[in-house]
Amino acid sequence: MIETAALSPPLPGHVVKEKVSREDWIMRGVLLAIALFLTVSILLPLYSLMSKGFEDKDGNFTGLANFTEFFSTPALSYSILNSLTITLWTSAIVLILAFTFAYGLTRSCMPLKSLFKGIALVPILMPSLLPAIALVYFFGKQGIISSWLLGYELYGPIGIVMGECIYVFPHALTIMLIAMAMSDARLLEASEALGASKIKTFFTVTLPGMRYGLVSAFFVTFTLVITDFGVPKVLGGKYNVLATDVYKQVVGRQDFEMGAVVSMVLLVPAVLAFFADRIVQRKQVAMLSTRAVPYVPKPSKGYDMAMLGFCCLVGFIILSVLGMAFFASFIKFWPYNMTLGLDHYQFDLMDGGGWASYFNSIELASWTAVVGTIMIFIGAYLVEKSKGFKTGRNLMQFLCIIPMAVPGLALGLAYIFFFNHPDNPLGFLYHTMPILVICTVTHFYTVSHLTAVTALKQMDPEFESVSASLKVPFYKTFRRVTVPVCVPAILDISMYLFVNAMTTVSAVVFLYSPDTTLASVAVLNMDDAGDTAPAAAMGMMIVFTAAAVRLIHSVLTRGLARRTQAWRNR
Amino acid sequence: MCEGKPMADSGAYLKVENLTKKFGDFTALKDISLEIFEGEFVCFLGPSGCGKTTLLRAIAGLDIQTHGRVEQAGLDISGLPPSERNFGIVFQSYALFPNLTVNRNVAYGLENRKTPKPKIDAKVTELLQLVGLPEQGQKYPAQLSGGQQQRVALARALATSPGLLLLDEPLSALDAKVRARLRHEIKDLQLKVGVTTIMVTHDQEEALTMADRIVVMNEGIIEQVGTPEDIYSRPESPFVADFVGTMNFLTGTAAGNGNVKLDGVELAAIGATDSAADGNPITICIRPEDIVTRGVTKDTDNAVPAVVETLEFLGSFYRVTLHTQGPERTEFRADFSINLMRDLDFFEGGNVVVSLPADHIRVYGEAVTHSDEAV
Repeated sequence: MIETAALSPPLPGHVVKEKVSREDWIMRGVLLAIALFLTVSILLPLYSLMSKGFEDKDGNFTGLANFTEFFSTPALSYSILNSLTITLWTSAIVLILAFTFAYGLTRSCMPLKSLFKGIALVPILMPSLLPAIALVYFFGKQGIISSWLLGYELYGPIGIVMGECIYVFPHALTIMLIAMAMSDARLLEASEALGASKIKTFFTVTLPGMRYGLVSAFFVTFTLVITDFGVPKVLGGKYNVLATDVYKQVVGRQDFEMGAVVSMVLLVPAVLAFFADRIVQRKQVAMLSTRAVPYVPKPSKGYDMAMLGFCCLVGFIILSVLGMAFFASFIKFWPYNMTLGLDHYQFDLMDGGGWASYFNSIELASWTAVVGTIMIFIGAYLVEKSKGFKTGRNLMQFLCIIPMAVPGLALGLAYIFFFNHPDNPLGFLYHTMPILVICTVTHFYTVSHLTAVTALKQMDPEFESVSASLKVPFYKTFRRVTVPVCVPAILDISMYLFVNAMTTVSAVVFLYSPDTTLASVAVLNMDDAGDTAPAAAMGMMIVFTAAAVRLIHSVLTRGLARRTQAWRNR
Repeated sequence: MCEGKPMADSGAYLKVENLTKKFGDFTALKDISLEIFEGEFVCFLGPSGCGKTTLLRAIAGLDIQTHGRVEQAGLDISGLPPSERNFGIVFQSYALFPNLTVNRNVAYGLENRKTPKPKIDAKVTELLQLVGLPEQGQKYPAQLSGGQQQRVALARALATSPGLLLLDEPLSALDAKVRARLRHEIKDLQLKVGVTTIMVTHDQEEALTMADRIVVMNEGIIEQVGTPEDIYSRPESPFVADFVGTMNFLTGTAAGNGNVKLDGVELAAIGATDSAADGNPITICIRPEDIVTRGVTKDTDNAVPAVVETLEFLGSFYRVTLHTQGPERTEFRADFSINLMRDLDFFEGGNVVVSLPADHIRVYGEAVTHSDEAV
């Protein structure tokens, strides 16, 4: 061996061919399998959706004919304006409210901070239909305070904006809280030391320091509202928005081509907002790398009380919305018989799938949490930690990010076109529980993936190198080290998937079958049929379940933390 | 320590031949060749970005080279993944598994080899004894100090009795005192175990005290390979002279017969390069501590009359800045011990005679660029 080596010196131009080990093949294989899943679950359906927009009813290519029709039909194209109007109004209101709320939580010494934070996050547990239904009980024709609208109609932009504000508030707040936690106290101290007034400091230091957080919160709010379907479905009245148009075209008029066109129009702002947000996030990372000192507020009685007052007001609104939905579900016959009872929980006596739809939802959420968490975490692990195979990993990273830019309605509609196509060998999945699981996992893939990537990035990049040098295969290190260290993130992902699978309406509304009705869709259908109280009751069942899961999650996180994370304590 | 170099016919344990590593357009390693013998402790020394870690990672198979061969124990391992090579590694971050106890960390590589449990336990105990942490097996890494973690990482790397031990800046995350102690501990351990070891470092002191041989690297090439003595006393290039220790770089001219001229004074120089023709500009190098003044008169060999410019007190010695008395007033530095300074009458502005001993002068023909205030 040495002889031959000496006899034939390596040619200078000869590029060393790396031997791909058995483990590398396993990694690539699994990575490709997950990439293949995403191709089938997002890329191909999206392609079907796009091509449908350029076809007539018989499947002939018609170019832009559908789009011409869309833009020349005022009833349809007005929806763009309407959607933008409610979205911008909601964004403006929510940003101000969430900013002030977050400011109170991080920059004042007001009491009960964690309680208020908890209350503010309550709407995450609701399908967006539920706050809308509660608003009907407040401001509807028979609402208890309908006169507060001064004669204006609830059904329309006013109602939609109110409902959306409650729905997106926790999302905007979360981003604001992160942004505020990151800003640097030293800058504030420097400003103070230089003799700047509080107001000047706020406008020259605090606000500019948060600009990325604000912009990011705006984009998230924008995307959530413009793609939300629950609130305008209940409170839209004659006021058409893009999201309800998709539903009406498909479910009401069975005009799939026009549905495809509208959802592609809906895709545009969502994609734009998505890319803008990505750019902003990248800039924010650069800011993070400097070593910031967290701000510690000093007590100041009047200011703290003002902040407490504001938070009380917002908290009260959120709780009263929840409380109204809760009571409405127990009141026998609003407003004539105000006695309490469980009548509206007799779901089997009503349209919408009965109790079966609730249990279907539990089943869907469980499968989504289990299958989704495993797949997403493994996928993120392979993207982050596998060696070589750069093209494959970049492709995978790209695939993982796409779902976030696709509104649920567009995704659901795309699934109809793709899976219901007669030539599709996967057609047997149509109208089954698995397709709902696939759709939901895909719908919520990106956020979960990013959570997993963040957790994995915090791990020493050399764990894999060390294992390789000790000749321990990667999957053993994955099981013995990576997973145990990432338990908190894994639990977070599974809870996120479970809660969202319980509350989501938009994608699955096109995909359920009589055997797989879902609780969130039942809320929609019962409300549609005029059974508002049972709809509220089913909505409350979702809230109870999501809250219970959250509780279990926090108990688990704490319990597991004690057992598996003992190493964290010095 | 340098007599450990085996006979040439015994063959090198690790051979690196014509190694080139490219990252896109950037060439991190340029045609590197190197031989390392069994049982040797070799340091890769160089400034950050010189390619020393890249070379180590290529040897480990973690970032495989673009061109060239790596041969270990007579086997061509050029393209093999790390899992099919035979080495143990300690990283700067240690990469200890945070959720496993010290015992489980050290046993990690053994447990996968179907070694019976009692044997693993015995080996782990032995290794922890060896690195001086006999009682710490039940703790988690986070409960240990940096120095202790470092030793656990060492025990884990040695557990599978690898043929080659790779250390990637293993001491640079530690504070100065611990670092100095661990230098000796690691060196002793390496002698005891006898494992061929490569350590990457940017700390010349570390390399000088620990290595049997030092490989000085700069911008992707090897500047010099030699014992610490060689590297320090006979630097083969201005870069090595500058990077290791403190060095005076003085402009002079070649004067024939291996002699050089410094500001009109002719000096004999053993380390002179004879390539430069008479009168050509050359660079004369001498370390500040090699400059002699006690007992030096105008008649002493290589005597240079000088003027004291400044005296800088540095604890155990004075760093004295002088300049020659000729028209060029060439400035140079000399280190004189406190002891010496007590006996001699040095004051700023005073005239002195120093000698630049011929066997300590290095002469480089080419124009030299170096960090101006190398300390």
